[in-house]
Amino acid sequence: MALDFDLTEEQQMLRKMVRNFAEKEIAPVAQELDEKEEFSYGLTKRMGDLGLFGPFVPEEYGGSNVGYISYIIAVEEIARIDGSQAATLAAGNSLGISPIYYYGNEEQKKKWLPDLCAGIALSSFGLTEPNAGSDAGASRTNAVLDGDHWVINGSKIFITNSTTDISRVCVVQAVTGKREDGRNELSCILVPNGTPGFTTKTMHGKMVWRASNTGELYFQDCRVPKENLLGRRGDGFHQMLATLDGGRLSIAAMGLGGAQGAFELALKYSNEREQFGRPIGSFQVNAFKLADMATEIELARLLLYKACWLCENNRPFSKESAMAKMFCSEMYHRVANQAVQLHGGYGLMKEYAVERHYRNQKLLDIGEGTSEVQRIVIARHIGVPGRAL
Amino acid sequence: MKIAVCIKQVPDTTDVKIDPKTNTLIREGVTSICNPFDEYAIEEALLLREKHGGEVHVITMGPPQAIEVLKNALAVGADRVYLVSDKAFAGSDTLATAYALSKTIQKIGEVDLVICGKQAIDGDTAQVGPGVATRLGIPQLTYVSKIREINLEKKKIIVERLLEHGREVVESSLPALLTVVKDINEPRLPSLLGIKKAAKAQIPTLTAKDIGADENRIGLKGSPTWVVKVFSPEARGGSGEMLKGELTEIVPLLVNKLMDTKFIK
Ligand SMILES: Cc1cc2nc3c(=O)[nH]c(=O)nc-3n(C[C@H](O)[C@H](O)[C@H](O)COP(=O)(O)OP(=O)(O)OC[C@H]3O[C@@H](n4cnc5c(N)ncnc54)[C@H](O)[C@@H]3O)c2cc1C
Ligand SMILES: Cc1cc2nc3c(=O)[nH]c(=O)nc-3n(C[C@H](O)[C@H](O)[C@H](O)COP(=O)(O)OP(=O)(O)OC[C@H]3O[C@@H](n4cnc5c(N)ncnc54)[C@H](O)[C@@H]3O)c2cc1C
Repeated sequence: MALDFDLTEEQQMLRKMVRNFAEKEIAPVAQELDEKEEFSYGLTKRMGDLGLFGPFVPEEYGGSNVGYISYIIAVEEIARIDGSQAATLAAGNSLGISPIYYYGNEEQKKKWLPDLCAGIALSSFGLTEPNAGSDAGASRTNAVLDGDHWVINGSKIFITNSTTDISRVCVVQAVTGKREDGRNELSCILVPNGTPGFTTKTMHGKMVWRASNTGELYFQDCRVPKENLLGRRGDGFHQMLATLDGGRLSIAAMGLGGAQGAFELALKYSNEREQFGRPIGSFQVNAFKLADMATEIELARLLLYKACWLCENNRPFSKESAMAKMFCSEMYHRVANQAVQLHGGYGLMKEYAVERHYRNQKLLDIGEGTSEVQRIVIARHIGVPGRAL
Repeated sequence: MKIAVCIKQVPDTTDVKIDPKTNTLIREGVTSICNPFDEYAIEEALLLREKHGGEVHVITMGPPQAIEVLKNALAVGADRVYLVSDKAFAGSDTLATAYALSKTIQKIGEVDLVICGKQAIDGDTAQVGPGVATRLGIPQLTYVSKIREINLEKKKIIVERLLEHGREVVESSLPALLTVVKDINEPRLPSLLGIKKAAKAQIPTLTAKDIGADENRIGLKGSPTWVVKVFSPEARGGSGEMLKGELTEIVPLLVNKLMDTKFIK
């Protein structure tokens, strides 16, 4: 009895609760928030109240410690209804809370985690720079030790949850010197929002995740105490890779949940909409589309849950998380496309939630490592010659 | 204050299917939920506890799988839950169910208040709440949409009842039994921590013997009701008609048609 596809009672109850929350509290406002590009403090707080921030954090720091599969189920259920809120949650957890919890010292954890887990504060992960996207190691932002302080200069772009009124701290990846092999030494440093020399600008005009917060960050002789270093000096690159491994699972969950949502909308519409005197879903070509969607979603779920299971059981999961991230994202792309197709002209209108799925889907092919980067990761794991670059 | 809440597990109405041959409910593969009105009953009890302190005891009578609704009650914050379950209860009608629930409440001990849902969405009789009150010998306040006041010292309660033509304000002594409607509150969702606690919890089962039930008053023996036939009523004939034109023209037209068909006089 090694294979077991049953979720635990706890996980089933959790799915029901999050589904209820998403349908009752997010669905009614999602379109308007998207239209207005408005970040919702209320929904963020509600997600905190329900215990959705910090699912892998022990209770002593304010988390709920329910494990990775439970976390992924929560993201999935929220993404089924709305990508933006799922982004706030997934980034808040995987990029915001996770590095502080996994690499922070006791004092840092005690200082930041309780409010982050309560949904009354957000932290962000500042990796991407204007000239360092897929090539994240090419960061130019640098930090120089000056007495008891790090002095940081540089800039970051596309940083989720970084410029809201409750954004409290950013984990900034910066060059802190040169390694023996001549490459840059990278370290992560906690930089509280509001520190002199740290300015932010909210990015507007996104096609995707319009109700999620994205910011540009600028550091100009920004000084933070030496103790704000996260983990050890020089561990930044490793911390970043590990953080992204976990983050990929949550992006994959957004793909899976989003696809599920788009599929359900398409199925419902195909039953209701009649043309040529019959429901459009009864035309074989459309029924087959729906059958393909359902199959792909099932495949994606198996792959993602397996990756989560590996993670939860402390096994290597880097390859599987890259596969899940890539497959779930690209699968969502196909499903959202066909879901709009089945809606005909109505699918292009904002009052139909499927329109939002069609836009939001695209982020997943790009954020937290593009599909191409995932293929590089997978290729390296399966033993191709060279580094697949 | 000590509050007992009775909740029932019911099939999720959105996917209820009737067997066309036997005209009975197809239970296989049908998901079960907590009777929606009963979620309001739990919430009201939790709100009262937050205000006045005390304990919330939640009871369900049903098969072992009814434990699911009790776990949800624990997850939102109930202090104690009880599954009343025994082969001897099989076939219980509303009379026998009300009897068994009243015995369970007596077993829990001096309660200040019993809260039930207005009705169950499957059985729909709305008899169980009043039946329990009768057997406990306490006043029943049905269709409660608001608790205006509770005075534990003077042992009295003032509630608003939602009636067809308005609201009625009633004062009663305590202990009393309320059945509640959906206007009364907005049920909360459980938090992840609540779910974690509930999932782990062991839930005690009370048998007919445990609650001291008279075997002649439960199960088929204690149920004078005979279900002769369950069927969906045939759809009424007739077809719709669209009235088009100015309001001033179509309103009198509609009134005339309603008079002709004797829907109004
Ligand atoms: C809404 C949003 C939120 C984000 N949130 C965060 C955040 O919180 N924190 C953070 O640090 N970053 C964040 N990002 C940044 C995101 O991770 C980057 O956009 C992403 O990594 C891609 O980098 P880039 O945009 O610079 O694209 P580039 O790296 O310039 O890529 C351009 C194209 O070239 C391809 N390419 C690049 N290198 C290779 C190669 N070696 N082989 C094959 N193809 C290649 C890419 O796949 C892509 O198709 C966010 C982005 C968005 C849009
Ligand atoms: C397997 C099965 C067999 C049955 N056999 C018979 C039968 O042979 N003859 C017959 O007449 N009926 C039978 N019934 C119906 C059963 O008697 C009623 O469903 C039950 O008495 C409740 O009545 P109701 O659904 O009308 O609830 P209502 O009176 O509408 O419910 C009002 C409120 O009472 C409380 N309540 C009701 N039931 C329970 C419960 N079980 N536990 C805790 N609280 C409760 C809840 O607060 C609820 O909101 C059977 C039902 C089942 C599931």
